[in-house]
Amino acid sequence: MTDETDLLPARRRSLGGEVPGGSDRRQGLAFVFPALLLITVFLILPALWTLYLGLTDYRLTGVQAAHPKVVGTANYTHALGDKEFRDALGRTLLFVLGSAIIGQNILGFALAWTLRSARRWVRGIVETLVLLAWILPGVVVAWLWIAFLKDQGGTLNTILHTPGRDWWFDHPMGSLIVFNTWRGTAFSMMLFAAALSSVPPSQLESARLAGASGWQQLRDVVVPGIRGHILTNTLLISLWTFNDFTPYLITKGEPHGASAVLPVYIYLTALPGERLGFASAISLIMLVINLLLALAYVRILRRRA
Amino acid sequence: MTPAQLVRRIGFYAFVAIVTAFFALPMLWLVTAPFTRNPSLAVSWPDFTLGNFKHLTDDPNALPSLYNSAVLSLWTMLITVAVAALAAYALSRVRLPGRDGILYLLLLLSSVITGTAAMVPIFQLMVKLQLLDKDVGVILVMTGGLLPAAIFILKDFMDTMPKSYEESARVFGANSFQVLGHVVLPNVRPGLATIAVWAVVNVWGNFLMPFLLYRTPEKQPAAVTLNNFYTEGGQPNLALISTFSLLYSIPVVIMFLFVSRRYGFRFHGGIKA
Repeated sequence: MTDETDLLPARRRSLGGEVPGGSDRRQGLAFVFPALLLITVFLILPALWTLYLGLTDYRLTGVQAAHPKVVGTANYTHALGDKEFRDALGRTLLFVLGSAIIGQNILGFALAWTLRSARRWVRGIVETLVLLAWILPGVVVAWLWIAFLKDQGGTLNTILHTPGRDWWFDHPMGSLIVFNTWRGTAFSMMLFAAALSSVPPSQLESARLAGASGWQQLRDVVVPGIRGHILTNTLLISLWTFNDFTPYLITKGEPHGASAVLPVYIYLTALPGERLGFASAISLIMLVINLLLALAYVRILRRRA
Repeated sequence: MTPAQLVRRIGFYAFVAIVTAFFALPMLWLVTAPFTRNPSLAVSWPDFTLGNFKHLTDDPNALPSLYNSAVLSLWTMLITVAVAALAAYALSRVRLPGRDGILYLLLLLSSVITGTAAMVPIFQLMVKLQLLDKDVGVILVMTGGLLPAAIFILKDFMDTMPKSYEESARVFGANSFQVLGHVVLPNVRPGLATIAVWAVVNVWGNFLMPFLLYRTPEKQPAAVTLNNFYTEGGQPNLALISTFSLLYSIPVVIMFLFVSRRYGFRFHGGIKA
């Protein structure tokens, strides 16, 4: 900011008045600049770099570390034909479908719907527990679920009287799906609770008077009324689940990669595996999927605005 | 009560009981194991010992790593709030060309370019900038990721503030920084608090970035250190892990309670607060 701008008459230089003056604009840009710089260097640049790295045979060590060669689209054709990659992608889609689109969505809605008419203390206890699962740090939650599903002495085996059953080894994906439903339902519950309070009670009342059962009210009045929220919720939780790194903290992709969802697969390929170029190509594929999900979300946001 | 109502009642309580058990049972270990002598992964009635906390203070990395987490969180929070407040103010008040487009684009990018999708280039960038194993590197990467949403939320708060407040300050000759500091910021305090807590919670819980970007164990924050407790036999040291987990979780729960008590819950484009 220069002294000149301060000498201008108050109304002209006012940032508050939405006056599209030249000095205002200059000052505005100066205010925005630090944010733009940080975002460009530490958020956008890495994404662009993935584009380039994915076209090389870059490795962490060896000749390719010092002099990476441009190999064109070889990484991409290799990835799309690679069984390990396609398996990881398939597992990720299963993870998103099972734990987010089905698990969190339905459990979140069921909770929001049933707790509406519950007593205050019942509602308080259930909501607190569900929220707690959501706010505890990921590393802590990972240990809790390692302990919960432990083969020897795990709480679940004690309850089910199935001592020695190794859930994480026998059903890694199923366990991850249950885990992530537990972890993320809070968001859907809160979003749907807010959405349900916007459905006019008079509509439900007239449906009830017309003889609609609870199920019919739900299907014909409530769901159409909150369709936008359902869509928003599904997109957001899918995006987050797709990018979740917590599975690594629980299973490290074990046994033999059977629980390696895409983020875990990228990590294992890039650092322990040292194939940075190939991992970048997979990252880009992931970024593109993220972009599609986010574009759909922004479209809905803008339409509502 | 008609039979139908009775069935519905029973169904309701059965559902509530099952859901409560589902959410509570995995968390039991966190409250029993820290107070149990030589805990296993099983949930057992604790013997109410505080010995594990004593062991934790003897560990060379445990408490320092909580301090490291606090330093990372606070710096990231300060930079994010300061930089986002400046940008949000300008975007809210000056008609910059393509303002709305830029805002949506940034929000879009911040949800697309996640740590998991960009871990390889972020690692590379830190190597090239020689910021690997340095606090500054981790702080800047996290700030870059948090900024777009922070700006978006703060702009929302600033848009709802009447412009007449600032205009009267200007009549008395305040410059833009004075207006921002004395008039605008005090008025958007709930927004600033939301961003601050959200940033701290995010950094406090983040595992991937410090895991990728630190090399020295002494510099690592709590999220990474939690996975480094081993007994002399090479087994995970469950006494330390459970006790440390509890200590490490408490600040998050407190901050969360503070925000929801004080400012209530609000949805900001799907941000975890």
